[in-house]
Amino acid sequence: MPIAIQCRDLRKTYDGKVEAVCGLNLEIQTGECFGLLGPNGAGKTTTIEILEGLLQPTSGEVSILGHSWRQNEREMREWLGISLQETRLSEKLTVRETVELFASFYRDPRSSDEVLEQMQLTEKADSWVGKLSGGQRQRLAVATALVCNPKILFLDEPTTGLDPQSRRQLWDIIRTFQRDGGTVLLTTHYMDEAERLCDRLAIVDHGQIIAEGSPTDLIERLGGHHVVEFAVSGNSDGAALEAWRGLPSVESVREDDGMVALNVKEPHLTIPALLDAIEKQGSNLQHLTTRQASLEDVFVRLTGRHLRED
Amino acid sequence: MRVAQETPVTTTSLPRGRPPKRNGPWSGYTHLLMARMLELKREPEVVFWVFVFPLLLALGLGIAFRNKPSDAPSVAIVAEGASERAKSLLEHSQRQPSFKIQMQNAEDARKGFRLGKYDLVIEPDGKSGFEYRYDPARPESVLAKAEVDDALQAAAGRKDAVATTAITSSEPGSRYIDFLIPGLLGMNLMNSGMWGIGFALVDMRQRKLLKRYVGTPMRRGDFLLALMSSRLILMVIEIGLLLVFGMLVFHMRVLGSLFSITLLGALGAISFGSVGLLTASRAQKIESVSGLINLVMMPMWIFSGVFFSYERFPSLIQPLIKALPLTALNDALRASILEGTPLLHQWPRVLVLILWGGVSFVLAVKWFRWT
Repeated sequence: MPIAIQCRDLRKTYDGKVEAVCGLNLEIQTGECFGLLGPNGAGKTTTIEILEGLLQPTSGEVSILGHSWRQNEREMREWLGISLQETRLSEKLTVRETVELFASFYRDPRSSDEVLEQMQLTEKADSWVGKLSGGQRQRLAVATALVCNPKILFLDEPTTGLDPQSRRQLWDIIRTFQRDGGTVLLTTHYMDEAERLCDRLAIVDHGQIIAEGSPTDLIERLGGHHVVEFAVSGNSDGAALEAWRGLPSVESVREDDGMVALNVKEPHLTIPALLDAIEKQGSNLQHLTTRQASLEDVFVRLTGRHLRED
Repeated sequence: MRVAQETPVTTTSLPRGRPPKRNGPWSGYTHLLMARMLELKREPEVVFWVFVFPLLLALGLGIAFRNKPSDAPSVAIVAEGASERAKSLLEHSQRQPSFKIQMQNAEDARKGFRLGKYDLVIEPDGKSGFEYRYDPARPESVLAKAEVDDALQAAAGRKDAVATTAITSSEPGSRYIDFLIPGLLGMNLMNSGMWGIGFALVDMRQRKLLKRYVGTPMRRGDFLLALMSSRLILMVIEIGLLLVFGMLVFHMRVLGSLFSITLLGALGAISFGSVGLLTASRAQKIESVSGLINLVMMPMWIFSGVFFSYERFPSLIQPLIKALPLTALNDALRASILEGTPLLHQWPRVLVLILWGGVSFVLAVKWFRWT
């Protein structure tokens, strides 16, 4: 399988000061759905726009299906479907007119009606873009990307601000595209989206990749398998936090929003010991939950911050 | 027995079932132009500002400044001494229309004159003559003095030394509305060039639509060409509407050929389109480009002779005024429409337009940011 997207030591510095991307390497295989996961301002959009050939990197190499932007831009544009973050399409054109306009730029586009059908926009085909809901607009944005019959689909924050139903619709569309042999690169700051949709992902923070792998691999490697969260009343202080590390099967300990979170391999070994320890201390248990570790835990473990800190 | 079997219709995203649809080299351009025209058509504000507003302006100004017979001079006679004699002399003069005469005491007469109610005050000088009080800076006052004096002397028995007759003439072509309509045409071409290209581009840049287009194989030249073409189509309608309106409502006469007027219009539209492109080459926000556009247009609103002749400005700045694109366009349109001057005889004006358009276009293409 040829490599769909590759970049080496990608850097982008704005105005000689702000380093948006600093030394990023990626290798995305054909047929893969790859995600860039990270908080707002991590450099995801800058990275994806460089890969799309819309931004010049300060340094570094980009290759798309073995071609470089400098040599073959016109031809490469035929292969890529792009949906930018927050493009506002012309409000006074209808949905069909918009899709046909984009189709007209490509040598060999798909039929607009077929794409509208696939995007569940047939009913809205003659409505003005200005009258669409957020979810419909986002589907239209993806429709303008899919109408060119692309080999690679770039989606920048495709589901930001959408309701759960619209998100699920878009996920289905992306999966269908991938099933038919397409390659997808998307950015997101939703960990559940990354977890469900992506074959592999890279966690980006401050313009660098801090972890890379399949979602399950990342969670197992870095998140611990399970998370036990609890709160106790009484004499628990900073020194006590370290004391929990000694419990059986605990991999790491952190304090999170007034609760203690333990990354645990086997909860059935940890929890009885935990309860014993609390009783011995003479404290009261106020709260106890256990759950599967998620990408959020991976991110917190790596950066000490949550993905979405508003 | 054979059963004709229908193949089940399947919808599939594979390319197999769909008819081959390959786009020709001009498909992008035609779709962009079509989309632009549809958008303009569906924008009521555009229809109003580009088509209706200039007509309203022409109608309003044409009525306000329509040529009408000059008012009868309004004269106050100070009621003392020989004032009755002056009054009867004036009333018996042959002049048409006659004077509006009021007898007043000295104080009221002077006050009325100061407030502009009277154009002239006649005061008996205590002997058998009269004293005129008039304002040399007010044309109607000067006119009133001359006419009153003329009428008085004639009525008192002065004989003209030379026999003269006068023929009146107010032909279409020399009226204010004739001056105004070509000026409005020029101004409209400037307005819609600057807003229709400059503003539209920054708006699309701010909406990230330009960036989205650049992400497709669309030729950038096609995009600019489509934008310019939409301007040219609107230009033809703009010119046609205003000229037909002028001819029907104000009986304006168009002496120049429609071809050369349209050619001038196209030159103006392209020239100001390029200036609009230059103004829009960098701005990221519609607020900042609005300011820029107004800044560029302001001097031309004032100096380029849209509503009144720029001859009134000091001769020192006349060369600067004539170097402005709107001045060149207005002058050329007036000469073509009102006098039928061929374009070749106006080459300096045409050159000014080409230079503005050409230099702006080259700089705009050099500086233009798509993202």
